[in-house]
Amino acid sequence: MTEKTITLTINGSERELDVEPRLLLVHAIREDLDLTGTHIGCDTGNCGACTVYMDGQAIKSCLLFAAQADGSEITTVEGMADHADAGRGKSDLHPIQEGFREMHGLQCGYCTPGMIMASKALLDANSDPSEGEIREGISGNLCRCTGYQNIVKSVQYAADVLNDREPPESPVEHEESATAAADGGTDCGSGCGCDAGFEAGGPDAPPAALDAPSRDPDGARDGGAEGGERR
Amino acid sequence: MSSESEKPDAKYRHDEDGGPDPEAHGGHGRGGMGEEVKRKEDRRFITGRGNYVDDIKKDGMLHCEIVRSPHAHARIEQIDTERAEAMDGVVAVLTAEDLAAYELATMPTLMDDTQDVLVSDKVKFQSQEVAAVIAEDRYVAKDGAQKVRVHYDTLDSVVDAEKAMAEDAPLVRDDIEGQEDNHIFTWETGDEAATDRAFDEADVTVEQDMYYQRIHPAPIETCGCVADWDTANEQMTVHLTSQAPHAHRTLFSMVSGIPEHKVRIVSPDVGGGFGNKVPIYPGYVVAAAASYVLGRPVKWMEERSENIQTTHFARDYEMTGRIAATEDGEITGVDVDVLANHGAYNAAAQPSKFPAGFFKIFTGSYDIEAAHGTLDAVYTNTAPGGIAYRCSFRVTEAVYLIERLVKVLAQELDMDPAEVRRKNFIPKEAFPYESATGWTYDSGDYERALDKALESVDYDGLREEQQRRIEADDDKLLGIGLSTFTEIVGAGPGKQCDIAGIEMFDSAEIRVHPTGKATVRIGVQTQGQGHETTFAQIVAEELGMDVQDVEVEHGDTDTEPYGLGTYASRSTPVGGAATAVAARKVREKAKKIAANELEVDAADVVWDRESGSFHVTGAPDRGVTMTEVAAASYMNSPVDEEPGLEAVDYYDPPNMTYPFGAYVCVVEVDRETGEVDIRQFYALDDCGNRINPMIIEGQIHGGLAQGIATAMLEEVTFDDNGNVTAGDFMNYLLPTAMEIPHMDTDYTVTPSPHHPIGAKGVGESPTVGSPPAVVNAVVDAMSHAGVRHLDMPMTPDRVWDTLDEAGLTLDPADRLDLGGDSGGDAEDASAD
Repeated sequence: MTEKTITLTINGSERELDVEPRLLLVHAIREDLDLTGTHIGCDTGNCGACTVYMDGQAIKSCLLFAAQADGSEITTVEGMADHADAGRGKSDLHPIQEGFREMHGLQCGYCTPGMIMASKALLDANSDPSEGEIREGISGNLCRCTGYQNIVKSVQYAADVLNDREPPESPVEHEESATAAADGGTDCGSGCGCDAGFEAGGPDAPPAALDAPSRDPDGARDGGAEGGERR
Repeated sequence: MSSESEKPDAKYRHDEDGGPDPEAHGGHGRGGMGEEVKRKEDRRFITGRGNYVDDIKKDGMLHCEIVRSPHAHARIEQIDTERAEAMDGVVAVLTAEDLAAYELATMPTLMDDTQDVLVSDKVKFQSQEVAAVIAEDRYVAKDGAQKVRVHYDTLDSVVDAEKAMAEDAPLVRDDIEGQEDNHIFTWETGDEAATDRAFDEADVTVEQDMYYQRIHPAPIETCGCVADWDTANEQMTVHLTSQAPHAHRTLFSMVSGIPEHKVRIVSPDVGGGFGNKVPIYPGYVVAAAASYVLGRPVKWMEERSENIQTTHFARDYEMTGRIAATEDGEITGVDVDVLANHGAYNAAAQPSKFPAGFFKIFTGSYDIEAAHGTLDAVYTNTAPGGIAYRCSFRVTEAVYLIERLVKVLAQELDMDPAEVRRKNFIPKEAFPYESATGWTYDSGDYERALDKALESVDYDGLREEQQRRIEADDDKLLGIGLSTFTEIVGAGPGKQCDIAGIEMFDSAEIRVHPTGKATVRIGVQTQGQGHETTFAQIVAEELGMDVQDVEVEHGDTDTEPYGLGTYASRSTPVGGAATAVAARKVREKAKKIAANELEVDAADVVWDRESGSFHVTGAPDRGVTMTEVAAASYMNSPVDEEPGLEAVDYYDPPNMTYPFGAYVCVVEVDRETGEVDIRQFYALDDCGNRINPMIIEGQIHGGLAQGIATAMLEEVTFDDNGNVTAGDFMNYLLPTAMEIPHMDTDYTVTPSPHHPIGAKGVGESPTVGSPPAVVNAVVDAMSHAGVRHLDMPMTPDRVWDTLDEAGLTLDPADRLDLGGDSGGDAEDASAD
């Protein structure tokens, strides 16, 4: 098949490629340019795992031939940490990337690069979107793990950083009264003596953990901050 | 079910150093139990450096494309491969005949059936594997697949389980000797006589048919592999989208005949699994066979349509449930009949002694004296399956059944569904509780969970609003749905639960290095659950370390200890237990080394979890840190101890764990359009002791989204010819951020008494518990008009039909007329 020579500026560097006319842009990015952060999830343009940022827009790179992208400027997830806004939060990363981490906006990570690039286009167009606008802005991208709630928070986090506001430390909504009794708390009946202090097997004996007083909210906040500093 | 096994590691199941101070919850401040540690694995994913199977590139790698049947049921008359073979770039075309030479044309399923890897005689479902093209490039492989000519003689097909049981139904499995119909097996549980008695003596009985539709896990990454037969070392390495790498290694070895020590399975980053990546699929076998034959690496990656149409589906249970009760709402018996569609092969991936999975937990959270169930499984011309999609082996179907039945009973008795539940809960003092179908529930406090849930959502206020709307003839009806479910997760025990004969234990190996940092290798396999963080937290808690000093490895059978993998919420209950026990073994040895360092007897050394150090009893200033002990174990080991500081544990759980929850779903049902709007979803989960609240909340969000999608959107559908009519993301409707509401999470803590850290597992509870909450809410909105049930997915047209039958629909024209002044036309319309 006749090949065509195209030029792409990808993550700031100009690259020349010889491509078959039918080669999808996503395959050019993943296989010819070895940028495997851009993923493939559906083949029908529904899932958005292949979303990249091209000439100021989020596009699904499985719906475009590489030849159609000739002369364009593309940013993939790999280029985000070199973006001018990178480092404005508490890490070296782009605030959107940092938002996904701090707000637990990812689980398996497969949809994440596409989500990050869709969020980038959203925030470029609307620097301080409402929850509804975020949900609509990422509605071309499917995530099977998170239920989207923390993705919304991740984008809000990035908007906070980009608008010079202090972002939240944690996405957790029910933090109070956290209890942990690493030993099971209830009597095991084996007579091993664990959790001595309540009557073994007594029907009214409450598990030790359940009677613990609620965590003091200031302490909780401190704990969150500490968690936030780790990486 | 409980086995009081006394394995040698049983003494570590309870922390002899006393465990953390329950008053000082929230760990020790360095990333221990209960602390919100940000995920250690995230950086590679957010920078695009994850390593998924399709990212793997090897020198000389070939691509495999599978030729699939366009028909659901047809005899293959001839396969013509010549045109494909003649193409530039096509290296080989494989058919069943080629695989038969290596005895790989078929493979055994986990349920004692035999599945075609490539079909030679008769295709049994649409998109079944017929041939494979191996080519230099993935585009050329696709070109080649199009050039393979297969001549079919089509047959009548049957996709519906009930129709498959009809006498004149097409016979799906004429390849099995003696098989004269589509029936696979009958399964029975409980006490039929006692249950019959309960029904005879009941004041009230109710019965409800319900269909739990066929759905698909549909992880965003499809299934695939890169198989690489190393001719020099005669070793097979397969990078595989696997939730259970070790089990897959054993099965690979058994199927291929390659000795197990020459097989290496690597499951790198996995883009979601949800049960879909537990089975072995024909594509894996084809790629491995091709690599073996050609001596080059071969990659096979499914497309989305192949994933939905051929890999394991979930559910597809037609259920009839009956409840016997007293007039004041005490449930005395439950009886259930199920028709289970297993597809073209009996291939469900579940413990071999449980052909219906854990479905027999259908008595749920309720103390029901008599229970009985039967199930008939049937073959149809559909893809094989019945996978545990984010579910512990059919518990999802069981929970749906009982939670719906309780609502039906409440309607029959005109009682509040919360009251019926409260009246029948297993009381908290009854644990451990033996259920009528033979399970031993470990712990629970259902009433506390329900009370907290009802108070949190202002249940009474919602009921008042619901009544007000009915009285005001509001355009939108309010529905309140409850689900107070109990899950059963964490299989083993090994004597009851096995995969291909291998007991369902799990394992962990901890190596503390001379500088005090640790490497942890685990037998379970993350697909997004965050094991690299939570398992590190378990070790950090038990060894007093900083979580950042603990690295967790998984997914490589050459280096990790043998484990059964991650599904059925078994990672924390089994793998997490192994990790805690291994850490306690390390600590026991560390104590002896500390005693040597402190020059006292080990009996005089105490462990201080808060500071992560040992000190002499009564002399807190005479101590050594775990880091110092680690150094001493390599540099100054006691004369009577081996050097080093390592431990391994293979944990066989004495019982399963029983997480539970209380969910409230509040919906508005639009009487004009049938549209259901989920106004609030409140989920209280009790998963025992909590490792990382952020990750738990994330797991619950994701599970709820999948459960809500099951209730509202998703179904794999077929036409009468067996064509899959919802076989890609255009037609199989995954929810976007627009369809999933904000979700409120909450919790109580009822630790598991038999688990080393009191944890129960959480990932699947929300998928299991939420569908009945949503359906109960939608039914509840219409129950005043006599509506008792509608099947999932509750699409607007289905809801509108139900509203219409109940006389609840509104004609939009009426509403327009209210504000209109267009005279005669409006009068005509209202006269209609």
